[in-house]
Amino acid sequence: MADADTIDRPEATELPDPLEMPTLCPGAMAGSNPYPAKPDHNTALGFPGELVDDWHDRAIDKMGELLGKYRSFRVYLDSCVKCGACTDKCHYFLGSGDPKNMPVARQDLLRKVYRRHFTLAGKYFPKLVGAADLTEDVLDDWYSYFHQCSQCRRCSVFCPYGIDTAEISMAAREILDTVGKGQKYCNEILGKVHKIGNNLGLPEPALQATLEDLEEDIEDETGVPVKLPLNVEGADILLITPSADFFAEPHIDGLIGYAKVFHQAGVSWTLSSYASEAANFAMFIGSYDQMREVALRIRKAALDLGVKRIVVGECGHAWRVAYSFWNTLAGPFDFLDPNYPIPQHICEFTYDLIQKGQLTFDKSKNDHMTLTFHDSCNVSRASRMGDMPGGQFEIPRAIIKAVCNNYVDMAPDTIRESTFCCGGGGGLLTDEIMDIRKKGAQPRMRALRQVADENGVTHMAAICAICKTQFTKVMPEFGFDRESIVSVHQLVSNAIILDPPEDAGEPEEDDEDEVTVAVEAATESEEAVQAAADEK
Amino acid sequence: MLTTAYALLFYFATIVLVAGLAWRIYEYATVPAPLKIPTTPAPTTRRGVIFRMGREVVLFESLFKSNKWIWLFGWLFHVALAVVVLRHLRYFIEPVWSWVVFVQPFGVYAGFAMVVGLLGLWARRFLVPRVRYISAPSDHLMLALIVAIGLSGLAMKFVARTDIVAVKAFFLGLVRFDPQPLPADPALLVHLTLVALLMIIFPFSKLLHAPGVFFSPSRNQVDNPRERRHLAAWAARMDRQPGE
Repeated sequence: MADADTIDRPEATELPDPLEMPTLCPGAMAGSNPYPAKPDHNTALGFPGELVDDWHDRAIDKMGELLGKYRSFRVYLDSCVKCGACTDKCHYFLGSGDPKNMPVARQDLLRKVYRRHFTLAGKYFPKLVGAADLTEDVLDDWYSYFHQCSQCRRCSVFCPYGIDTAEISMAAREILDTVGKGQKYCNEILGKVHKIGNNLGLPEPALQATLEDLEEDIEDETGVPVKLPLNVEGADILLITPSADFFAEPHIDGLIGYAKVFHQAGVSWTLSSYASEAANFAMFIGSYDQMREVALRIRKAALDLGVKRIVVGECGHAWRVAYSFWNTLAGPFDFLDPNYPIPQHICEFTYDLIQKGQLTFDKSKNDHMTLTFHDSCNVSRASRMGDMPGGQFEIPRAIIKAVCNNYVDMAPDTIRESTFCCGGGGGLLTDEIMDIRKKGAQPRMRALRQVADENGVTHMAAICAICKTQFTKVMPEFGFDRESIVSVHQLVSNAIILDPPEDAGEPEEDDEDEVTVAVEAATESEEAVQAAADEK
Repeated sequence: MLTTAYALLFYFATIVLVAGLAWRIYEYATVPAPLKIPTTPAPTTRRGVIFRMGREVVLFESLFKSNKWIWLFGWLFHVALAVVVLRHLRYFIEPVWSWVVFVQPFGVYAGFAMVVGLLGLWARRFLVPRVRYISAPSDHLMLALIVAIGLSGLAMKFVARTDIVAVKAFFLGLVRFDPQPLPADPALLVHLTLVALLMIIFPFSKLLHAPGVFFSPSRNQVDNPRERRHLAAWAARMDRQPGE
């Protein structure tokens, strides 16, 4: 057993390798356990409130059911050859050294039970093939270690058969829920989505007040009456964004960015209080039923408001669900305008406008920052933007470069499809397991440290609500300011030049100053002037 | 007696292998994949997926991205194995096809390469702590089995020659359901026993990665969920539930 000191290295003063191989520390994270759900939170989702007496048989039955419903589950359990290709690919293993956080070893916690109960070799030669009975200890191991998987799919990129531990993790959590061993964080949040419409339990009046406050702030700052409409029937666009965008920083700065882009584009858009949540935590617990129920809220909101398009705000797993699953879960969307992608990511929306020259920016507004970009895991490895594979890497970068002068990428083996998780995804963004969250963030923080020290990077932009929240929490632990994490559309918001309001015929002194500032900003930026000239 | 025993053994092994694999493939093909989960970036067309899958099974693309040592030994072993298997086709066909004749000279080198690749992969199971941690007895035994097949095959080439004409007559006889006498050479009998054992355990072991890779949703799915609605039969039934 390695000394514990080797795990908590002094991060702020060294320049270590993001991919440094840790010494194996068996059992290092065995004590990491998220809070279990209260009975009410479980039963609200149709699960037993507490661990049932016949949990063993129910778990095996559920496993059998899942084997018949998910090809991924069955193929992945059978196809692993233990080659070791994935052993050093998980950020939780790299950060903790606990071998059970190696993707293959995590899978094996479930595979050994599968082999015992569903394979000939496992029934008659369990020790030979690594098969084991499902005991209470195994169930506890499942609860602990399947909540040390952020379901980021990095292991799948590097597996010769594409085996995705996320699929095993989702199945394991679904089995755990089925026997009454649910997780508080995910299950409580899902209850709030069903009841109120978002993860936070933010009711309509509070949401309306928040948006009105934001409108005032924007107008005070820019002199332009940018609106954040709520529940407007007949609007063209329904924006579905994570609820963190309504209250957390830097998320809220991203929301302001979307609003400015919509304003400048001249589109009519609206938010919905009934569907004020892009996130779909049901994916994390592997529940197709729950995922569908959450997705149907969005369909209903779109129908009720009579919109033609749906645009999704900055979030990783939410975009995965929206892009890959909404059509399956809540489709078909025949009632939406087929001339636009259904759904469309806000980055696709903004990028399209940039390509058409319909947005003008003053890049110097972001000159106090040298940016890098964090490819969020679910966006990178489970979704797409634009028409070409890899668009999910290029479009956000193109937006950043359109609004910033100083951009640097992190090391190639830590970005794009090889990107590291923030450490807080997959339903782990809860304070009682901060230890594993911090360890999971290590590879990404080290990669950031490299470009910070070598290239002067000061900020990291992200397009995922969970990433932003996780990084505001863990960055100080690694020697960075918590405000070093920014929204991509926060950068857009800083740089975008908004057209002066049309009714400025008799400007007051303050309004006059605002207009003057805007004009000066425009003349200072050659690109902006050029773009404006092209527009005319 | 010996001839009869081995004839029955190989008929049994062939049946188990073919029927077992057919059953597994049927299972993999019929279990639904209710969600679109290709690991992106992923191809947006079926043709793109075919190319992706081709790169995976021929070049081991993902493994190359992952770990060069495993890739080196793994690729060496698999390519060598392919050549060796092709070389052995001559025992089952008459007259021997021209490209099988072409392969013959490479077969011996492939035999050595196969064993070297396997020994490299096996060494990792002892030398790399992470791989040692995940290794079960069956992982070692599987490597031992295939190494033994390779070594016994090489032994017949270089140490204890066997009557390959008689061996060919035996296997052609099996194909025609008219078994001919099998030579009683120990190395040959060991080789054939181990091969039959491999055939028998194939459908019940991790060798299912061979058909499994083609059914892996993260690799074989087209990335077109916005363009085309993807729906499993069991999920489609939910669309028609009352109250929706």
